[in-house]
Amino acid sequence: MIEVRNLKKRFGPSGVLQGVDFSIEKGEAVTIIGQSGGGKSVLLKHLVGLIRPDSGDVIIDGENIARMNERAMVSVRRKFGMLFQGAALFDSMTVEENVGFVLNREKTASPKEIACRVEEVLDLVGLNGIQKKKPAELSGGMRKRVGLARAVIYRPEILLYDEPTTGLDPIASDTIDHLIIRAVDKLKATSIAVTHDMRSARRIGKRILLLHEGRIYANMTPDDLFKSKDPVIYRFVNGISEMKGDAEL
Amino acid sequence: MTSYAKIYVREWLAGVGRGTMLCLDIFASLFSSKVSWRDVLYQMYFIGVKSQSVVTITGAFTGMVLCAQTAFQFHKIKMDTATLAVVSVGMGSELGPVLTGLMVAGRVGAAIAAELGTMRVTEQVDALRTLAANPIDYLVVPRFLATLLVMPLLTAESVCVGILAAYLVAVFLLGINPTYVWFNMLHYTHVNDMLTGIIKTFIFGAMVSVIACDKGLNCPQGAEGVGRATTEAVVYSSITILISNFFFTMLLQKMLP
Repeated sequence: MIEVRNLKKRFGPSGVLQGVDFSIEKGEAVTIIGQSGGGKSVLLKHLVGLIRPDSGDVIIDGENIARMNERAMVSVRRKFGMLFQGAALFDSMTVEENVGFVLNREKTASPKEIACRVEEVLDLVGLNGIQKKKPAELSGGMRKRVGLARAVIYRPEILLYDEPTTGLDPIASDTIDHLIIRAVDKLKATSIAVTHDMRSARRIGKRILLLHEGRIYANMTPDDLFKSKDPVIYRFVNGISEMKGDAEL
Repeated sequence: MTSYAKIYVREWLAGVGRGTMLCLDIFASLFSSKVSWRDVLYQMYFIGVKSQSVVTITGAFTGMVLCAQTAFQFHKIKMDTATLAVVSVGMGSELGPVLTGLMVAGRVGAAIAAELGTMRVTEQVDALRTLAANPIDYLVVPRFLATLLVMPLLTAESVCVGILAAYLVAVFLLGINPTYVWFNMLHYTHVNDMLTGIIKTFIFGAMVSVIACDKGLNCPQGAEGVGRATTEAVVYSSITILISNFFFTMLLQKMLP
């Protein structure tokens, strides 16, 4: 179970998170939506301890990681798999080395077993056969799929996705959405995705959290969110800006 | 002006603090986790083997020019045969370590800062952390150990090449007696002169790697950030080497008279 209590974070004078509270049950699929620059990625990085909060608690399976030191975090992070916005593949390594990174480091399996496991997860994301390629040779969509394969290979309990479909064409986005749903179903993992792609949010989340002005403004099912008449929710879901039509350039 | 000075001092102090914390993290890592010697060897190849040309050229021409200038001055007081002794002591205890340190700071410091900086801005460092790999263990420690191990070897190579080049200039270009010049060099060069230089190389190697890794891992976002981190790594490493060299010379003179 993941619990976030009164989480606050400032960067310079601006308070990005101003008291975020929510909890996510084991096995739940949750999507966090909100405006660009609204702190969604910052919130996601707090969950895996990549950013430390100014105040507040982040509790993962009963352990408060907000003030945990970097070395102690290693065992907590073992529970997580994360897909980054730009995939964050190691560009000095091949696809095979990227995907098998954790298994190679842990040395709990033989090279042959690791190669089989890499093949299996690349098959899952529909990219078997590109093991020897370098990330620079892949398209944006392929990189994200390799990033997803790297995140699921060690069967984590919690999967985090940072803007999984941003910058992709609609078909590639659809593929990524399906792969996320498939990965979550297969691994029975808790899934938390951050996105501003409403179609993707509706599809991959069973519950949606709307982050607005540094706080969780709405916490409801996709159907309720899309039916909501609340002005903030309505404007966000339907993409209506507050800018007046006669604004001069 | 005062506010600029305050900002500069604050940034400098923050840098010193970060560097100290990084040193503590490196030592904690050395004693708590397994060092990947494969990564260390790869870094030794990159830092050591690939830096040889620049280090030997620097050593050779510094030795040659030092020999020529010393010989010109010593000739006035009929002490030509002491030329190589000055070159060997100067190269072994001062010029060898400092110039090798500066060359390594320029070539290796820049490369480390640029590589780690790019990894940071493209979230590869964050990815490492989510994959339960500590960036200090995985990225910093191999570079630190490799620089530490390779610097004395590069310096020794630079000093040897410098002395050899100086000998050739002294004997074949300036016509100084080869037997006396060689004998005087051996007579006036002591083990402590060379030891002073070797001790400094370890310190300079540690400084270059810690500063470059710190600049890379704390690099601001974007291409401009990577560029700035790279420049700062080279400038700060070079300045730190030059300033600390004076203090270590004085200290080591007391310890190894």
